Formats: sequence, structure tokens, C-alpha cells
Amino acid sequence: MTALVELRGVSKHYRRADTGETVVAVEDVSLDVHRGEVLGVIGYSGAGKSTLVRLVNALELPSSGSVTVGGQELTAIPERDRRLARRKIGMIFQQFNLFRSRTIAGNVAYPLKVAGVPKEERDRRVAELLDFVGLLDRAHAYPEQLSGGQKQRVGIARALASNPELLLADEATSALDPETTSEVLALLRRVNRELGVTIIVITHEMDAVRQIADRVAVMENGRVVEVGDVYDLFSSPATGAARRFVRTALHDRPSPETLVRLRERHPGRLVTVQITDEAGLQNRIDQAFRTAGVTAELVYGGVGEIRERRIGSLTYEVAAPDGSSAPVDQAIAALRAAGVTTDEEARA
Amino acid sequence: MNSTFQSVVDTFDVFLAAVRDTLVMSIVSLVIAGVIGLALGLALYATRPGNLLGSRTAYTILNVVVNLVRPIPFVIFLAAIAPLSRVVVQTTIGVPAVTFAISLAASFAVSRIVEQNLLAVDPGVVEAARASGAHPLSILLTVLIPEGLGPLILGYTFIYIGIVDMTAQGALVGGGGLGEYAITYGSQRYDWWIVYVSVAAIVVIVQLGQFIGNRLARATLRR
Repeated sequence: MTALVELRGVSKHYRRADTGETVVAVEDVSLDVHRGEVLGVIGYSGAGKSTLVRLVNALELPSSGSVTVGGQELTAIPERDRRLARRKIGMIFQQFNLFRSRTIAGNVAYPLKVAGVPKEERDRRVAELLDFVGLLDRAHAYPEQLSGGQKQRVGIARALASNPELLLADEATSALDPETTSEVLALLRRVNRELGVTIIVITHEMDAVRQIADRVAVMENGRVVEVGDVYDLFSSPATGAARRFVRTALHDRPSPETLVRLRERHPGRLVTVQITDEAGLQNRIDQAFRTAGVTAELVYGGVGEIRERRIGSLTYEVAAPDGSSAPVDQAIAALRAAGVTTDEEARA
Repeated sequence: MNSTFQSVVDTFDVFLAAVRDTLVMSIVSLVIAGVIGLALGLALYATRPGNLLGSRTAYTILNVVVNLVRPIPFVIFLAAIAPLSRVVVQTTIGVPAVTFAISLAASFAVSRIVEQNLLAVDPGVVEAARASGAHPLSILLTVLIPEGLGPLILGYTFIYIGIVDMTAQGALVGGGGLGEYAITYGSQRYDWWIVYVSVAAIVVIVQLGQFIGNRLARATLRR
């Protein structure tokens, strides 16, 4: 896969006007975005995600490092050329940022006017785009007459107007309710699949990443601390930040509060195994329990899928018939030996 | 009370000419100050540090110039720019001199109104336009002005009323208009009917302007 976007050692520092102190928004980020993928960038507010995405379309220029999009180094060309480059990069926003003085059709037509597309072709393209996002019948409405989800669909149509190869989504679903969020994410997925547009999705919601991303970059304090395939990140997050985000989207592991309640009902040792999409996993788990001669009662957990691959975790109460501890240790060792990621829940 | 309505009837042709002069001075000044003030206001907005064409130097210069002119009371301003008026409109008295002075003074007031209303436009739409690859000048003219148009119209209406006020002060240099009529035919002759009729005419002119402004603004804001 070739890289559409290449960030090399990118940092962005601001000087605060009031105190004069330097604020680090983005620090030494090197990251590739592959052609045709959906990259999720997740982080808490203030992690530098929004600045990072504005460096990609050069709305902001880095303090150091280089930004290359489609082979063109945006940090090395004059502003005039950067404006031309931006026409090939669409952007959608948390607050939609639609022009209130223009109709829906007028909003979608704006980038085409900027690009000097003749009226006839513009009208045709606007109709095509509004049809794609399912809002052709609202062409002459004004933004305030639309719901949040509809506004974001207009935002998407406007961002796609000039046939960009890259779409930047800055917290595009954060102002929407869960159902509308899913609709908008499904539309973005279509944009990616059907139109082949590469998408960078900035979000603080791991659920959004789970629904749409192929790969994820986790940001913390201006740095990208972890990058990887979305399935790998969910099944084996390496950093604390990634683990915390995964936990917000997967509810199959008992929280500390749940654990306290589980312990009241289940006096035995609680063992959590991770479910991946490896074949024969269930068999190996059963075998490990059987060989060790323990009973295993399923007390908590869940199994779902990410990018059509199985993922989840199951928590068992494991006990030996005679109440001794050794067979349980043996069972845990056997699970690990069989390649099953296993954690014993610590006693409170 | 030696005043009767008869004096108004007797000077009716003077009254009509005064109404005409007031309207001409205020409308011509509003148009000229509207255009100059718009350009100056756009420049103030755009050069503000962090904005589209942010430049601390340019902004500071514009800001200081506007702040220097704005506090000068109009009657003094009118007298002070007489030399400039002689160069530009070839006279220091009458309707042309007053119109010139108002156009200039009101430009600075308009520039602040424009700047304030543009600052109130959601910066998000400016960012959306920048992300589309639009040129800053194009963003000023095709995004910011349309987005801020409703409040801008109300701001211009506000300025229009101030301009009508200034036309009356033009009486000082024989400006013509209702101000001069009210003073020379009215108060200086203790002819209060003339003064009241002038006041009534001014109220009607201002109300009309406010009415038109409100209508236009409502149409633009769609509410």
C-alpha cells in the first residue's frame, strides 16, 4: 500500500498570547496514511488531534517537520499552491460549519465555485452529490431547517464536491446522537468503499473507531503513542491510553464495581480469557479446564466482532472439586500454554 | 406665543427644499460611507492578528487611525476638515461640504460596525471556506459579508440615523436641510411651529429608514 499522507517529525507549538508560554499541541509525529484506508485518530480533548488534522490540509503549518499529501510536500510550497492542494482534500466538522446564508445546494456548490467549475456542470454535480447523501429533495432548504444528521450529510456532500482523494473528519459525529452517529459513519464507510476516498477520522469515541476505522492512531499529549490495525489494537492494546479507550468500547470485561458484585456471588477464583478469531479457541479453553480437572462456570463476558472478526472476553469462576488451589494454577498455566491470553482478576 | 401654523405654510417651499436636502445629504453620505466603511471594516477584521490576513502592524495602524478620528465631535470635525473639503468638493459650505464631511466621519463609524459584525460570524464557516481552498479575499466577499448580512443591515440602519443627526449639525456651515430650516426660520425667530414641523419631518425620515432596515434584515435572516 502506498502512503497518501506522510507526516515526518511534525511538531506544532503555539505561544499563548496572554501568558507568553509555549503550548505543545503536536510533538514529533511521524505517521503514514495509506491510500484507500480509513484511519481513526483517537485521543482525549487536548491530545492534539484537531491540530494534527489541520496540519494535514495545511490550515496550520507545523513548527517543524514535513507534511506530504499525494506526493506534494505542503510544507515546502507557497500558500497559493497550498490553496490548490486543499481543493483535493475535503473536510467535515463537529459543528458542520454550513453557510447559513446559502441553501443546501448553495453549500455543496461552494467548493465548485471556488474551483471555477462552470454553472451547468456545477448544478449537475450538486444534484449527484445530494442524491448520494440522500438529500436531493432538500436542495432548496436552508441549513437551519435540517436536523443534525442531515446537516452533517450536507457537510459530507460539500466536502466531496471537488472529488477529493482525502477526507478529513474532525469529530464529525461528536454532536450527534448514537443512532445518527451510526448513520453518518455508515455514509462515510460508503464514501470510502464506493468512491475510494481515503478518510482520516478524528474522534474521542472508540465506538466510532470500531465502526469505521481500518487502522487506529492513539494520541496522548501531542504524540502518537500507538498505531495499528483496528482489530489488533482492540485485541492487544499496548499502551495504557489504548487500553483505556478499548475499555470504553468493549464492555465484556468486568469493571471494578462489577467485580465486587461478582465476588459476592462467586467465591472461587475469577479468570478472564480473551476471545480472538483463532480457529479452535473454544476447544483449547475447554481442554485446558478438563485436563486440570477444574470446574469452570461462565460468570461474565461477551463476544462481538470488529471488521468482521470475532473479538471478546469471557470471565469464568474456576474451582477444583476439593477446593484446593493447585489445579486452578494448573488450568491457568495450561490456557497460557495453549496460547490463550488469560488474566486472573485480582482479589480486592 | 406669536407663532401660528401660518408661518409653516408661508415657508412651505423652503421646508420642501430642506426635506430634499436632508434626504440627499443622508442618502449620499450613507452610500459613500457605506462603501468606504465596509472596505475599512473588512481590513480591520482581516488584519486582526490570527485572522485571514492577520498582521499586527497593519491592524495597529488601522486601529489607531480609526480611534483618532472617531471621538472628534462632528461639529468640530466639520470645521476642521474645511481645507480638505475645499480641495475635494471645491467648497466649504452648503450641501456638498456637509455631505463630504458626513461621508468621511461616518466611514470610520461604519468600519467599527462592520468589524464587530464580522467578528460575530462563526469562525467555523471561515475555516470551512479555507478548507475548500478559497482565497482570503474571496472569503471576505463571498462568505463573511453574506453570513453577516442581517446584522450588517441593522448596523447600517443605526448609522443612517446618526447620519440624519449629522445633517442637522450641517446648519453650522449653511448646510441646508431640516436642521438649518429649524434654526434659521424656527428657533432664531421664536417660531416654534417651524421647529416642531421640522422635528416631525426628521422623525418620519428616521422611522422610514428604520422600517426599511428592519424589513431588509428580517428578509436576510429569514425570521
